[in-house]
Amino acid sequence: MSFASPMIQEPASAPEPAVAAKVAARNVNVHYAEKHALKDVSVDIPARAVTSFIGPSGCGKSTFLRCINRMNDTIPICRVTGEITIDGKDIYDSRLDVVLLRARVGMVFQKPNPFPKSIYENVAYGPRLHGMARNKTELDEIVVNSLKRASLFEEVKDRLQESGTGLSGGQQQRLCIARAIAVSPEVILMDEPCSALDPIATAKIEELIDELRSNFTIVIVTHSMQQAARVSQRTAFFHLGALVEEGSTEQIFTNPKDKRTQDYITGRFG
Amino acid sequence: MTDTSMAPPGTGIRTFDYGSDEAQARVKRRYQAEARFKLYGLLAVLFAGAFVFVLLADIVRKGMPAFFEHRVVLTLDLDASLIDPTGRREIDALRNGDYNKIVMDAWRANFPEVTQRSERRRLEALVSSGAADDLRAAVIRDPALIGQKIRFPVLLSDDADLHFKGLSTRISTVPGAGALDVKVNGREVELSGSGQPFAAILADVKAGLLKDAERVGAELARLPASQQGGNNAALDARRAELTQKVADLRRRAGDAGSAETIDFSSMPSRIIRAEGASIRLQEIGPGSAKGFLLVAPQREMARLESWAIATFATPESNRKASDADISWLETLNARGAIEKAFSTRFFTSGDSREPELAGIRGALIGSALTLLVTLIVCLPLGVGAAVYLEEFAPKNRFTDVLEVNINNLAAVPSIVFGLLGLAMFLNFFGLPRSAPLVGGLVLALLVLPTIIIASRAALKAVPPSIKEAALGVGASHQQAIFHHVLPLAMPGIMTGTIIGMAHALGETAPLLMIGMVAFIVDIPQAITDPGTVLPVQIYLWSDLPEVAFQAKTAGAILVLLGFLFVMNGAAILLRRRFERRW
Repeated sequence: MSFASPMIQEPASAPEPAVAAKVAARNVNVHYAEKHALKDVSVDIPARAVTSFIGPSGCGKSTFLRCINRMNDTIPICRVTGEITIDGKDIYDSRLDVVLLRARVGMVFQKPNPFPKSIYENVAYGPRLHGMARNKTELDEIVVNSLKRASLFEEVKDRLQESGTGLSGGQQQRLCIARAIAVSPEVILMDEPCSALDPIATAKIEELIDELRSNFTIVIVTHSMQQAARVSQRTAFFHLGALVEEGSTEQIFTNPKDKRTQDYITGRFG
Repeated sequence: MTDTSMAPPGTGIRTFDYGSDEAQARVKRRYQAEARFKLYGLLAVLFAGAFVFVLLADIVRKGMPAFFEHRVVLTLDLDASLIDPTGRREIDALRNGDYNKIVMDAWRANFPEVTQRSERRRLEALVSSGAADDLRAAVIRDPALIGQKIRFPVLLSDDADLHFKGLSTRISTVPGAGALDVKVNGREVELSGSGQPFAAILADVKAGLLKDAERVGAELARLPASQQGGNNAALDARRAELTQKVADLRRRAGDAGSAETIDFSSMPSRIIRAEGASIRLQEIGPGSAKGFLLVAPQREMARLESWAIATFATPESNRKASDADISWLETLNARGAIEKAFSTRFFTSGDSREPELAGIRGALIGSALTLLVTLIVCLPLGVGAAVYLEEFAPKNRFTDVLEVNINNLAAVPSIVFGLLGLAMFLNFFGLPRSAPLVGGLVLALLVLPTIIIASRAALKAVPPSIKEAALGVGASHQQAIFHHVLPLAMPGIMTGTIIGMAHALGETAPLLMIGMVAFIVDIPQAITDPGTVLPVQIYLWSDLPEVAFQAKTAGAILVLLGFLFVMNGAAILLRRRFERRW
């Protein structure tokens, strides 16, 4: 597939930093017990754009993604050092409430994981938890809007009370996206959101990601370089726990500076 | 097939002929081994199935009689002067009425010929001592009955009940041949007839004598020739006595014409039945016989055209129901006064020393109260512990040790928990003895590990992606678990709990230690009342000498098994219904 997809023709053209960083990481190290999983990663993630993390399996891209909403906290043996800021505020500050952080930094997982509840309940759970709606009408509005923004509403509007697990894989993943955006996050992290989906469902999700870009800062981990090229404006290449190279997607795919990046995108290893 | 052996030369790959005889034999052996293993499995299943079937069939056969009781329907004269002399219908007065006299008067009226004191006592013993209580309850329920004559089912005693359940003696009846002349003198009866009407009976008696002679002969043969350093004189005397006895029996059996006197301690009883009368034969000759009138005839009898002779196979002294008892009962049965009915009493009354009055209500309520305590203690504690250990507790050496110990606790013999309960709840905390409260607490100790283990397994089976999804939208750890993980684990937890409860329901040993084994007639009303539970009741009944309690034991086992099947069925249903595949 060609890299000259229409999406990157209107590039976040400013070549290197310059863009306003929504998320900034400085010297982030992650250890799983003895294993040094992430080494000195420093990267800026621009607001209202899609940044993709690519790299071979086990290179630390998912680990880094999970650092951004502190999901790694749930793993007892995981230790994170360094600094990650969102809008300039350190998210590993001990005074920061991790639950509120996760509301601000939503996440979509590799495998669609809707709650085994109704479609409505799936989307309404987050807003209800955070008291975002004062009454039923407001809640309904949030649910419908979220489903619409996730391009799912038309398909499920007649069966909002049916189980979310009864949907197809692609629909389930869009339901998970709707669930994530229902709590009005600023950043959405996506961990290989299409790896369990067929090409048609993948195309829909990619289209959706492109639409969501106007409102959210999106970080996506993917194994598919074509996908990274299609949906993202910026790309970061990870290898063996280190960030090898980061830049505009166009630059990474057409003119990588590092030999390893070159080798990876041309399929010589990984 | 031969192609496989033609691999290109020099490739280093060994060729192998799968078509060779050796290879074919190996294939055959493989098939045989598989068939053999399948056969073993099938045999094992059939074997186990046969055992279960035999067990169930035996319990059902033994237990069914417990669900039925026999009653005699009598016309009772509810004389106001006996029940309520003041006429004010006050409940205390009604309670103190002499219902026993009413029942006994009506009962004795069936057999006016019974006048002798000891005979009367035997007759009265055929009616249960609980019959008067039944009548009392009926009158208190409806005082308008006083002064009326009512038909009322009177409960028979256990011996009478057992007779109708076929557990006293085998009775064979054959019609008599020829007419009989009857001479009645008080209750002594002389029977005679032309054409040797008793010849067949006499022959039967003599055959019995011959059998006795063989039995005594065998005993004689078993006597030792001499006794070491002992009393050989006594031995010789015994030998002489037995030899004499055998000879005597042989002689009597051989002399076909001589009359015989029936020995009721070793010979079957023979009863002539005619005209509603029952005559027990005492002396039998070929043409005439002497007997005793057990049941008087409906009308005067001088000549009997048709009669029958009933033989009670078991000698009278070897059974609880005497010839008279059986004759009275059979007479009433012939009059249609005996009814067989479902014994609701088995489910509505507490324990009793009288088998016909004993029921499992007390044990059932005791079991229910005990299990209630167990459930209330176990479920929150067990699920709470499981959630904490699985989701919140730090994983370190201490929690590892804790986990191992919980697993070990599930394998501790239950009697140890009983001892712990005795030491802790009774001796230290001073809780009441024999109470469902303490029983429930002890069983809770027993079931807690089961519930914790089942709950942890159920929690572990919920995929982590669900928890991550909840965390991802900003739920706290606790919210994620209580909103999502726990509800999804609930069917598994419930299944574990029900199986644990079923385990507790069948538990006996620990309850013995805390005194739930006492004989308790009253049905417990609260968890601190003394009570017992179903398996302990079974244990108690199985120990009693009365034959009727054997059926009660099996009946109670059936009820217990019924509850266990229902509980396990519910667990299976729950699992099928809510089982989720991820």
